[in-house]
Amino acid sequence: MSTNLDKDALPQPGDAATDGPTPLLELRDLHVYYGAIEALKGVSLTVPHGQVVALLGANGAGKSTTLKAASGMLRPRTGDVLLRGERVDGIKSHELVRFGIGHVPEGRRVFARMTILENLKMGAYRLRRPDPTDLERVFTLFPVLAERRKQIAGTLSGGEQQMLAIGRALMGKPDLLLLDEPSMGLAPLIVQQIFEILREINEQGTTLLLVEQNASQALRLADYGYVLETGAVVMSDQADALLSDPRVRAAYLGEAVE
Amino acid sequence: MSLSDSWDVLVLGLVLGSLYAVIAIGYTLVYGVLQLLNFAHSEVFMAGGFGGVIALTIVEPAVDPSGMQSAVYVLLGICAGAILGGTIAFGLEKAAYRPLRRRNAPRLVFLITAIGASFFLYNLAGKLFGRYPIAMPTMYENKTVFTVFGTRVSITQLIIVGAALVMLAAVDVIVNRTKLGSGIRAVAQDPEVASLMGVDIDKVVSRTFVLGGLLGGVAGFLFGTNLQVEYTMGFLPGITAFAAAVLGGIGNVRGAVLGGLLLGVVEAFTVEIWSDAWRYVGAFAVLVLVLMFRPTGLLGERVGRAA
Repeated sequence: MSTNLDKDALPQPGDAATDGPTPLLELRDLHVYYGAIEALKGVSLTVPHGQVVALLGANGAGKSTTLKAASGMLRPRTGDVLLRGERVDGIKSHELVRFGIGHVPEGRRVFARMTILENLKMGAYRLRRPDPTDLERVFTLFPVLAERRKQIAGTLSGGEQQMLAIGRALMGKPDLLLLDEPSMGLAPLIVQQIFEILREINEQGTTLLLVEQNASQALRLADYGYVLETGAVVMSDQADALLSDPRVRAAYLGEAVE
Repeated sequence: MSLSDSWDVLVLGLVLGSLYAVIAIGYTLVYGVLQLLNFAHSEVFMAGGFGGVIALTIVEPAVDPSGMQSAVYVLLGICAGAILGGTIAFGLEKAAYRPLRRRNAPRLVFLITAIGASFFLYNLAGKLFGRYPIAMPTMYENKTVFTVFGTRVSITQLIIVGAALVMLAAVDVIVNRTKLGSGIRAVAQDPEVASLMGVDIDKVVSRTFVLGGLLGGVAGFLFGTNLQVEYTMGFLPGITAFAAAVLGGIGNVRGAVLGGLLLGVVEAFTVEIWSDAWRYVGAFAVLVLVLMFRPTGLLGERVGRAA
């Protein structure tokens, strides 16, 4: 894979998006370590209200690590995580969900021995009084979950588990949904279906930060995109600009450089 | 052995087994949320026994108690056992295990800590209360209440089985129907994702210890009813109940109940057919045999569902 991207020609990370009102999520110069290994080497990005932001890159580029730092699963050594302009880094993930963050983890990770309904109720765990319309909303978005609500989640297909993982996160009423590779290991038709539902979720007012290896799908949904390489942002632009950028096309869409 | 003798032995075994079941739940719940074999749970049981003795010694039961008075004494003993058991379990988690979790200590360290905590607690009890058996104050005259198929059932047996049934039903409701229960089950399956749902893992773990401690403490009091308590009383019932949890499939609440009843019955029949010297041989032979053919225990495939 080509990594021959010209860093000098890039806009500064996020500067197109930082103009205007306070963004919903802002990451500033995050440095995250796994032991002695530096997984993120100063990642900055912004996610404005109501938008879809895609985070692209190869395996090991630091995409999942960035999401985990945003949802409190990992603590950055230095750098700030700002939610609606307030610093939230250092707050543990179980407390951070109250700030309206939903994280759909990599590999779906549904509670395999609980039923669909129990999984969805777990999603609403943070709420003192769960809102029954949330369940209706999830079942409307994913009719297949409604049909099988008593089924044990571990027996669902990969696509259904992904839908359940997204539905579960929605039950917590997130303003910001972090999605870690929702297309992983799924058939193209299912991927398409899931991306259509993600668009619908966004149109209903939820902001999305989407990590994907499937760059073309992600960029067609996204408003803005960032490209990560070995723990740093190497490119960022409007999604359609990235989609037509020959370097992105060569590196992430499998096209030969013209 | 005649048929009516068999009934006697079966009742004996079920009474003993219901105690094992209650203790075993403490092991299995903690294993579910932490994958920790909490060997100090036998000392939680012991503490419950002492709790009952202390409370009853303070109130000094009347010499010839009325039925009402007896009921109050028994309830007092149950409460005292539960409180002391729950407190010890709460303190144990806070003082011994939580610091290890903070440091991401390896499993083996947890296990050694559990054994160390067990030694510490029973020796502390030996120092505080003396290293000799202490009689439980008499709360009632242990007469036969009724007879089934020629088998006499005593008040003590009735109290033990009744209390065990109430506790088992309560645990089933707590684990399957309450918010704490869904937290326990979620942490057992995937702690990281559970915390993404807003589950405070520390709180769930602490409450799981307390829940197991309440049960273990009551079991300790019931075990000492009309008998005696001693600082070493936790060891054998504790190990047997641990075996029961493994036999049923550790992490699985219903498995713990099944394993407890089974080991109680096997133990009673072993003693009846051979002798008291063989008491634990039969039960542990069953354990080894079952695990040879079903390494995950009788209901072991549903670990984490805890139901």
